[in-house]
Amino acid sequence: MFETRNTAVRVKEMMVERLLQFCSLLSVFTTMAIIYILMSETWGFFQKVSLWEFLTDTQWTPLFTIKHFGIMPLLCGTMLTTVIALMVAVPTGLISAVYLSEYASASVRKIVKPILEVLAAVPTVVYGYFALLFVTPVLKKIFPDISGFNSLSAGLVMGIMIIPLVSSLSEDAMHAVPMRLREGAYAVGSQKIQVAFNIVLPAALSGISAAIILAVSRAIGETMIVAIAAGQQPHLTLNPLVPIETISAYIVQISLGDTPHGTLEYKTIFVCGMTLFMMTFFLNMMSFKLRKRFQEVYD
Amino acid sequence: MIKILDRIFKYIGIGAVLLGLIVLAVLVLDVVRDGFPRLTWDFFTSYPSSKPEQAGILSAWVGTLWIMLTTAALTIPLGIGAAIYLEEYAPKNRWTDFIEINIANLAGVPSVVYGILGLGLFVRALHMDRSVLAGSCTLALLVLPIVILSTREALRAVPSSIREAAYAVGATRWQAISGQVLPAAFGNILTGIILAMSRAIGETAPLVTLGALTYIPFLPTPPVSVSPSFPYVNFSLKGLLDPFTVLPIQIFNWVSRPQKGFLICAAAGIIVLLIITLCLNGAAIYLRHKHQKNW
Repeated sequence: MFETRNTAVRVKEMMVERLLQFCSLLSVFTTMAIIYILMSETWGFFQKVSLWEFLTDTQWTPLFTIKHFGIMPLLCGTMLTTVIALMVAVPTGLISAVYLSEYASASVRKIVKPILEVLAAVPTVVYGYFALLFVTPVLKKIFPDISGFNSLSAGLVMGIMIIPLVSSLSEDAMHAVPMRLREGAYAVGSQKIQVAFNIVLPAALSGISAAIILAVSRAIGETMIVAIAAGQQPHLTLNPLVPIETISAYIVQISLGDTPHGTLEYKTIFVCGMTLFMMTFFLNMMSFKLRKRFQEVYD
Repeated sequence: MIKILDRIFKYIGIGAVLLGLIVLAVLVLDVVRDGFPRLTWDFFTSYPSSKPEQAGILSAWVGTLWIMLTTAALTIPLGIGAAIYLEEYAPKNRWTDFIEINIANLAGVPSVVYGILGLGLFVRALHMDRSVLAGSCTLALLVLPIVILSTREALRAVPSSIREAAYAVGATRWQAISGQVLPAAFGNILTGIILAMSRAIGETAPLVTLGALTYIPFLPTPPVSVSPSFPYVNFSLKGLLDPFTVLPIQIFNWVSRPQKGFLICAAAGIIVLLIITLCLNGAAIYLRHKHQKNW
């Protein structure tokens, strides 16, 4: 009697464990599915278009009669919006992080941090609306010849969106710097600003780098803001005032039309997806390794 | 000299913190100014239309509701299950490390790539077509890493003395987890789930990539319907296979149009979307605050 009950319990325990294990394996399946789906269509694409043409052609015109498949204009658009966004997010995020970690009282930090996080929670389609219909008209007063669609307003608004990504992780890293390092500096008469920039920032560098890399990755993959406000014209340009197109915005553009399944145009979205995936994968890995490092050092 | 610099930097810091918040405030004011007059009862009960004055968000908010409920139904058990395994069962080895890195990476994959995954896997390979089910499966995979990461953190915050106490009175591993650890971590787990849902509600790109339509003048088959014949109430899951649209897609569609009238509709839709997102985030902040226990 006791034996059978024991066995039943043991069987149940084992089944639960297997079931939970299956849940955790789902994430591995997801990654494999992403890679498989992107690979299979990308393979088909490169049967028709050479990798050389893809990387060196300076035009991207898959929907025109004379088709060019050079990723450069899209890549350039992505880089342009990403750089503009980082020019907003990195200084603002870092200064906020220094302020919150070194200057603000614990209660202020406790209130401000979650409110800052809300910036990242606003749906990106809302930011797109704001960039197109508020920021661009404002910019028009400063740069009269700015186009209705441009990378500047999209990049600026995207920068605001990723501030919390930079500030939150950086602040965590600065917070993890042991108090004794600061105390040593204060003991020899340093001011807060000296402690912050000479002691805390260097000590938290790996965590801060992880935050910035993650922000780059996020900016590269961001879609709706650029699809709405930056335009749909793949130009190889560094001018932030003219319409461009990013890799992500191109995927949305094709998805909105009715491109027949299996055509070369259809395959381009998988090639673009693959490009995005590889870029963000590399950055995410780097960020992950750096984060692990700062967590290990002071834990 | 350095003291003055210190003072100045303090104000720069406050300015940096306020910058984002001021922009957010301007955004909200701008949207409310444009869209508030349009927020009438009709706006919620009308289908999209080619005439901006008659257009509404009925199919959009019903679609959002469908997508949210199905996404939650998929994500919550899978995410919590995976987190429990990784935190409570998984042996410390390379394979577990690999799963961990993998989840961290999935959390950073751009959402539009999830849309391509959904298109290739759910819409094409599994023939779900552009249905509610395909949309929610895609979003479930998208937010799964968020739920897993936050649940793991919640479980980690439960001290091991709780588990040991349960073992001491003869509980098995699962009994200790389901009876003691999960209830203790409940508040923090819920916070993570709410944040994940708030993310899913606002997602546009993956669903557009999936091929979700922008003009839907009908609703999915209702899950419960009343009929005149026995058994009078019918339950149906057919709605899962119907096409759908969601609020962000409807907003995106209106923003892309040149007519001023549609931009006003977009602003009104954004107010609704923002209220939902901000409420969810507020609830998450409140819950996190409330459940911050010092063991």
